[in-house]
Amino acid sequence: MAESHGNKGAAHTSAGDGHKAPFPPFQKETFASQLVSLAIAFVALYLIVSRIALPKVGKTIDDRQARIEGDLAEAQKLKDESDAALKAYEADLAAARSRAQAIGNETREKLSAASEAERKTLEDKLSAKLADAEKTIAATREAAMSNVRGIASDAAAAIVQRLTGVAPDAKAVNSAVDASLKG
Amino acid sequence: MAADPIHQFEIHKLFTIGHIGGQEIAFTNSSAYMFATVAVISLLMLATGRQLVPGRMQSVAEISYEFVASMLRSSAGSAGMKFFPLVFTLFMFICVSNLIGIIPYTFTVSSHLIVTVALALLVFFIVLFYGLYKNGLKFFKLFVPSGVPIYILPLVVFIEVISFFLKPVSHSVRLFANMLAGHIALKVFASFVGMLGALGFVGWLGAVLPLGLTIALTALELLVAFLQAYVFAILTCIYLNDAIHPGH
Repeated sequence: MAESHGNKGAAHTSAGDGHKAPFPPFQKETFASQLVSLAIAFVALYLIVSRIALPKVGKTIDDRQARIEGDLAEAQKLKDESDAALKAYEADLAAARSRAQAIGNETREKLSAASEAERKTLEDKLSAKLADAEKTIAATREAAMSNVRGIASDAAAAIVQRLTGVAPDAKAVNSAVDASLKG
Repeated sequence: MAADPIHQFEIHKLFTIGHIGGQEIAFTNSSAYMFATVAVISLLMLATGRQLVPGRMQSVAEISYEFVASMLRSSAGSAGMKFFPLVFTLFMFICVSNLIGIIPYTFTVSSHLIVTVALALLVFFIVLFYGLYKNGLKFFKLFVPSGVPIYILPLVVFIEVISFFLKPVSHSVRLFANMLAGHIALKVFASFVGMLGALGFVGWLGAVLPLGLTIALTALELLVAFLQAYVFAILTCIYLNDAIHPGH
């Protein structure tokens, strides 16, 4: 620190220059200089702060606040939208499911009705065929039975002729065959 | 010279600016530190970015802004926000100049009574004139608390008037005395370290205690530097609140 001795009027003296200097904060000679400097510095700082610095920093803070609020609102809006979409999707899914069930039921009923009808016609056809077949069997049996009588008569006549050497009376053979067939 | 605890408060003339009424107006070391304070605050507040996510410097600027804004709003209401630049300037000027003053070999602007008196009187006159301008004669209700029995009212009014005019005194002396005393204490303990260290080995051992105290005191002074700026600013807010809402 330079020992700058006060020049004119002993202003701005420093301690230890021979005579006892007063306590620095109470040296009246320095008051005017300090006041002028303080006034200039304080007014300059006030102008810088109030005109430039505070509006700038305040705007930064406000912008950030607005941005945060905007982002939150946007997020809320998107969330609402996605909730609505989810709800719509679920509703669609439920509707589709019930429609699918309805279609399934309808188809099943239709198919079962169709198959039932088909079965019925088939059964009818089959039973008709069965009846026909039974009839044919009965006729065939009858024919066969009548053929058996003829064959039996011929066979009996032939047996009698071989045994007796005399051709038997056809009537007598027939009545005998009839009697044995009955018996 | 180094051991003189008063030396740090001396005002040195750097050059002469001019004369006002025969009184020399000089640019002194005090002036230099005042302008350095202004420069530091301007740098902090103006040179920082405007990012959405603030960096360190920008955070400091924004925290200062919001700290002073909430201090003023909580004590003087939203009507007090028109004084925000004033309170912010006062707080930042005192806080930054005090913090600069803790750096060794620097000068503390607010360790001079004339500076703190000037700032306190600035607040006092703003309160007085704004209170009268805003409220007219209702401003004097400040001195008449409601709900006081009539027979002790004169005494209460007398005390209120005295306390009103003593406000700038306590306002300025508190800051001045805190800074002065803190720096003297720091200097005294630090000079013990030097004096004991000169005694040799035993002195070195003995110097540990004042060295530790100096470190602790420096931490305390950091707190005091901020705290006194805060106290000055919050008292300003409270006095401004008196001017805006004079009824008790």
